[in-house]
Amino acid sequence: MIEVKDLHKSFGDTHILKGISTSFEKGKTNLIIGQSGSGKTVFLKCLLGLFDYEGGSISYDGKVFSLLSTDEKRELRSEIGMVFQGSALFDSMTIAENVMFPLRMFTKQSKSEMEERVDVVLNRVNLSDAHYKMPSEASGGMQKRVAIARAIVNNPKYLFCDEPNSGLDPKTAIVIDNLIQEITDEFNITTVINSHDMNSVMEIGEKIVFLKDGLKAWEGSKDTIFKTDNEVVTDFVYSSELFKKVRKMYLEENE
Amino acid sequence: MKYLHNIGAYFIMIKDVFRKPTKWSVMKPLILKDIDDLIIGSLGIVAFIAFFVGGVVAIQTSLNISDPLIPKYLVGFATRQSIILEFAPTFISIIMAGKVGSFITSSIGTMRVTEQIDALEVMGINAINYLVFPKFIALTLYPFVISIAMFLGVLGGMAACVYGGYGTLEDYIQGIQTDFIPFHIYYAFFKTLVFAFVLATIPSFYGYFMKGGALEVGKASTTSFVWTSVVIILLNFLLTSLLLG
Repeated sequence: MIEVKDLHKSFGDTHILKGISTSFEKGKTNLIIGQSGSGKTVFLKCLLGLFDYEGGSISYDGKVFSLLSTDEKRELRSEIGMVFQGSALFDSMTIAENVMFPLRMFTKQSKSEMEERVDVVLNRVNLSDAHYKMPSEASGGMQKRVAIARAIVNNPKYLFCDEPNSGLDPKTAIVIDNLIQEITDEFNITTVINSHDMNSVMEIGEKIVFLKDGLKAWEGSKDTIFKTDNEVVTDFVYSSELFKKVRKMYLEENE
Repeated sequence: MKYLHNIGAYFIMIKDVFRKPTKWSVMKPLILKDIDDLIIGSLGIVAFIAFFVGGVVAIQTSLNISDPLIPKYLVGFATRQSIILEFAPTFISIIMAGKVGSFITSSIGTMRVTEQIDALEVMGINAINYLVFPKFIALTLYPFVISIAMFLGVLGGMAACVYGGYGTLEDYIQGIQTDFIPFHIYYAFFKTLVFAFVLATIPSFYGYFMKGGALEVGKASTTSFVWTSVVIILLNFLLTSLLLG
């Protein structure tokens, strides 16, 4: 479980995060949503320790991140899997080498054991025949799946995804969403996804935190988001005609 | 203030290069790759430039000797001194600041832009050690490149002198053997090692700490070349004053 208390972050005179408190539960897919510029990426980077913050605290299963020593932080980070918006695959390595990288860094497994594990996770993301391709030869959807495989290969406790569906067609986006959901359930990990894809919200949002102007404006789940009368949320989530109709139908059915 | 901040950040980066080392099994292929990219990959251009600049030094020295009292072997002597003391260690290092330095800045900068460095940091890896240390180790072989430049520079001088009709082979050989001081070789290689450290670290600094997108990668490469060259020239002056002055 990840707990955030009164998190503040500024860049110069610009106050980006203005006291966010929330928690992300184990075994659930937690979504952070909000408009561009609402502070989602900064919030995620603070959670990952890539940005220092001025106030508040972040704790991972009771361990307060800012109080950990550099070595303890590194150890904690080895338990984190991250899927970056642009996949961030190492372009000098093949897909199999990319996935094997965390194992080479953090385990004492033999080469054959590592290869076996890479086969397992690449199969898991339906990329069993892509071992020797370079990242530049893979499509956007494939790169995302490789990034997921790399993130889960070392059995992380926490999985973070920054806009995992950006740049993907709707069908591939659903495949990626379902894959993240399945992995979260299968390995019982704490998953935090930064997204503004409303399909993801409806599909996998077991917990949703809505940010606006650096503040938490709403918190709920994919079920409660239909019923909320919080105008800030409904303006954002149901901004398209299609979602307005879906919501109307849902509310009529449940009346 | 910005310059002071950068100098401070540079020295903190140097400290991090040697902290929390990456596993040897991961580091070894990185070092071999950097030896290939930075050392082996530079031999061609260094050999080409050294040979022809050596020839030019010999021709110009010869053409500037008009007094019949000045011995002809001076061409070989002047070429050897110019090549060993200054051209090979310093001039080649400025060229390497362009070739190797730009390569280092742009490759690390691209990793920054595409979040590959963030990926390393999130995994708990000391990204500075992972990226800079192999380059530092690879460039400890830089004196090998410079020794080839010295040899080819003197050889190029000889070829230009003999085949261009500016002097005889005997005079040239006598010249390169005259008043040979072994300390000059130590001085040249000491300078070379210092420049190797600069070549590995300053371009890495500009690549690692760059911000922005593809355009900024280009700007960072240019800035890195400028500052690497400036530091090499200043250190050259300082080391020459201390060791030969």
